[in-house]
Amino acid sequence: MEYTILILILPFLSFLILGLADMRMKNGLAGAIGTASLAGVTLLSYLTAFQYFMRGRTAEGVFPTLMPYNFEWLPFTTQLHIDMGIMLDPISVMMLVVISTVSLMVHIYSFGYMKGEKGFQRYYAFLSLFTMSMLGIVVATNIFQMYVFWELVGVSSYLLIGFYYTKKEAIAASKKAFIVTRFADLGFLIGILIYGYYGQTFGFTPNFGPHGELASNTLPALALGLMFIGGAGKSAMFPLHIWLPDAMEGPTPVSALIHAATMVVAGVYLVARMFPLFIGYAPEVLHWIAYIGAFTAFYAASVACVQSDIKRVLAFSTISQIGFMMVALGVCTSTDPHEGGLGYMASLFHLFTHAMFKALLFLGAGCIIHAVHSNEMSAMGGLRKYMPVTHWTFLIACLAISGICPFSGFFSKDEILTACFRFSPAMGWIMTGIAAITAFYMFRLYYGIFWGAEPDRQLPANEGTHTAHTPHEAPLSMTFPLLFLAAVTCVAGFMPFGHLISSDGQSYTIQLDKQVAITSILIAIVSIALATWIYAGKKQPVADRLARTFQRMHTAAYHRFYMDEVWLFVTKKIIFRCISTPIAWWDRHVIDQFFNFTAWSTHAASDEIRDMQSGNVQQYSIWFLAGALLLTLLLLV
Amino acid sequence: MEYYLVVSTFMMFAGIYGFFTRRNLLAMLISVELILNSVDINFAVFNRYLFPNELEGFFFALFAIGVSAAETAVAIAIIINIYRNIRNIQVKNLNEMKN
Amino acid sequence: MTLQLIVFIVLALFIAVCSVLAVTTSRILRAATYLLFVLFGTAGIYFQLNYSFLGAVQLLIYAGGITVLYVFSILLTSSQGDKAEKLKNGKMIAGAVSTLAGLVICLFVMLKNQFLPSHFVHGELDVRTIGHTLMGMEKYQYVLPFEVISILLLACIVGGILIARKR
Repeated sequence: MEYTILILILPFLSFLILGLADMRMKNGLAGAIGTASLAGVTLLSYLTAFQYFMRGRTAEGVFPTLMPYNFEWLPFTTQLHIDMGIMLDPISVMMLVVISTVSLMVHIYSFGYMKGEKGFQRYYAFLSLFTMSMLGIVVATNIFQMYVFWELVGVSSYLLIGFYYTKKEAIAASKKAFIVTRFADLGFLIGILIYGYYGQTFGFTPNFGPHGELASNTLPALALGLMFIGGAGKSAMFPLHIWLPDAMEGPTPVSALIHAATMVVAGVYLVARMFPLFIGYAPEVLHWIAYIGAFTAFYAASVACVQSDIKRVLAFSTISQIGFMMVALGVCTSTDPHEGGLGYMASLFHLFTHAMFKALLFLGAGCIIHAVHSNEMSAMGGLRKYMPVTHWTFLIACLAISGICPFSGFFSKDEILTACFRFSPAMGWIMTGIAAITAFYMFRLYYGIFWGAEPDRQLPANEGTHTAHTPHEAPLSMTFPLLFLAAVTCVAGFMPFGHLISSDGQSYTIQLDKQVAITSILIAIVSIALATWIYAGKKQPVADRLARTFQRMHTAAYHRFYMDEVWLFVTKKIIFRCISTPIAWWDRHVIDQFFNFTAWSTHAASDEIRDMQSGNVQQYSIWFLAGALLLTLLLLV
Repeated sequence: MEYYLVVSTFMMFAGIYGFFTRRNLLAMLISVELILNSVDINFAVFNRYLFPNELEGFFFALFAIGVSAAETAVAIAIIINIYRNIRNIQVKNLNEMKN
Repeated sequence: MTLQLIVFIVLALFIAVCSVLAVTTSRILRAATYLLFVLFGTAGIYFQLNYSFLGAVQLLIYAGGITVLYVFSILLTSSQGDKAEKLKNGKMIAGAVSTLAGLVICLFVMLKNQFLPSHFVHGELDVRTIGHTLMGMEKYQYVLPFEVISILLLACIVGGILIARKR
């Protein structure tokens, strides 16, 4: 499996060539380089997955954890050192497949979507960098390597969100994303340090004291909890979710890649990676994760019901779905999939299927935006005639996310719900309810885009003639990824996921809990019917009446329950005023003055001694002679 | 023999003094010639008084004369070139490398 | 009071006075002239040491060649009545003091030093010997420096022309 190193090197090379080699390329060439390297990575990932899962299990019935590369990078003590390497185990191999597939699709799609954009080459360079760092996270052999690539992901996400760096909103959004995730990563870093200090390793199997006396302490729980904060930042858990909706300012394929399929599930991956530790040392933290996940899922779903920007709807839907994954991880109570560890498998299964259909949704949204040049649902409507491919693939993705059999979302969501019911019936019903809301807002979105009244396209809608032409289907480079992902979405549910990944590594056969499955399908169908009743018509009297009746609720939800304002209040009024202002004073008056003083004293001193450097040879020679005489005298005495 | 050396030392420091205080390039060059000359005397004197059967000092002085001739030729060429460029050979005016 | 000593004293005084004048006079042409006198005095010292060949070389090259070169270049570069500028007193004093200190220290060291037993051997150095030594390739013979000097002089000629030529 030595070739796995290429999975990291290829996108990195492509980034170097495209980004740093300082040559202007034709757009097609730049795209071709990026896409070719990604295609190589995808092939290698598939090969890795195939070989890995075909190798068979060890005697204990688990897939072995392979490390084709691992070298010591930074030794701190004899025990504590940071390694760099590649680790293959079921979840990392699965993530390799997911990331490379979605990334390849996005690369292909971007050919069409970014056509003629300024900075095409830069765009592909950033995409390559992002893919490299994301792949680096999943193959990390230890928590610190993971952190390194984690930050790289943060940077490349910042670069990609701020891709349209002439747009004010894009700059603000990229800064927001970077600062919020960075802030959360602080927790991650502290967690890593505590973990490394007490666990005596950065690997995934710590050593809390010779007899595990530290294990009963709260320290491992604290470390894991802090790590989860980092994960929560990247995965947009409440209340750190605020950056994700704004991150939609980036190009739509980027949203599909980063903010739907890969980067935001890094937190889920982190928790899954540390899962045995959570179970072993901090089950209560795991439960908190479940509660946070459930609340996030509910919050995001309710906000998504009233947003009018289609990418925002999808963004909140993403947050909500990640909440689902977190809940599924959080409700685990043991590593045995038959006894309460089902959520682990369910979560990663959902991660897999969600990556596919959410990328599909975003790419579909990209096609629509490409066609109508607007993000607002009011500019759309009745598009199904013009864009059949987009329409059908979008419908498939909507059905999948709503949990309708036989699309992939059904299977994974069903596992999550089953795991929740096993944890507690209350949690199960809550998550079922959220799933119902999911179905509702997805079909509200679907009807709003493809059905309903066509806006008057002859009149210039808003400043200029953006919508003054008939929308048309996107080119093949954009529809191909849609079709591919739709195909995956249709069949992915039938793959024997439990055989490959389960919480204890043993093969686990997914059994559909009939009661849960039927309930969730029924509820999903009811909410879809509700959405059809409210939104499918040309006019939407029910929706308007509802919005008027619950006006305060509607406005609050539309403004995302004022979470951004709360954060602004916290940062501006409390942090800035109480912490930053004194620090700034100290900085200006003490630190700066100190350096001003050193600069001034240097300046004054040099003013004094500049005469010695006159450039006058005669003066130099006098000094030379004086020195020589002095030396002679010293020798004589 | 020390008297010869006293003379040459005196001459040498006269040259050094001139090198320090003159502001004219040619005058400085003349001072340098004085220094060189005093060294030549020293060579000859040492050879004659301390090693009368050998000829090293003699030939060293001979070659030193040749070298100083060469040095003077080049230095004067440079000075003339400078003069041609800035119409002056005072040291204080030489604050530009090119013009 | 032998004739030798008298001649030496005269020469020494001549050299000392002329070298001081050479570096203190304000007219550059006079400085060159005093330099010429110093060089004559040096040649006299060589003659007194019975190194007539060296004295002759000194007269020919220094007094005859180099000084003429100086005089020409002075005439080329100096406008009439060109006097050395008055230096600031501080610099003058600094130079004088350091020079005097150096002189005192050097004389002190030199007079205090125990040299090898010195003895003056009369007798003119044979020109034939000089010629053989200059051209011989044995140990303590100098054909290699001789050739090097010749190349150096050639290089100087070329360089001098190259630097001083009109552009």
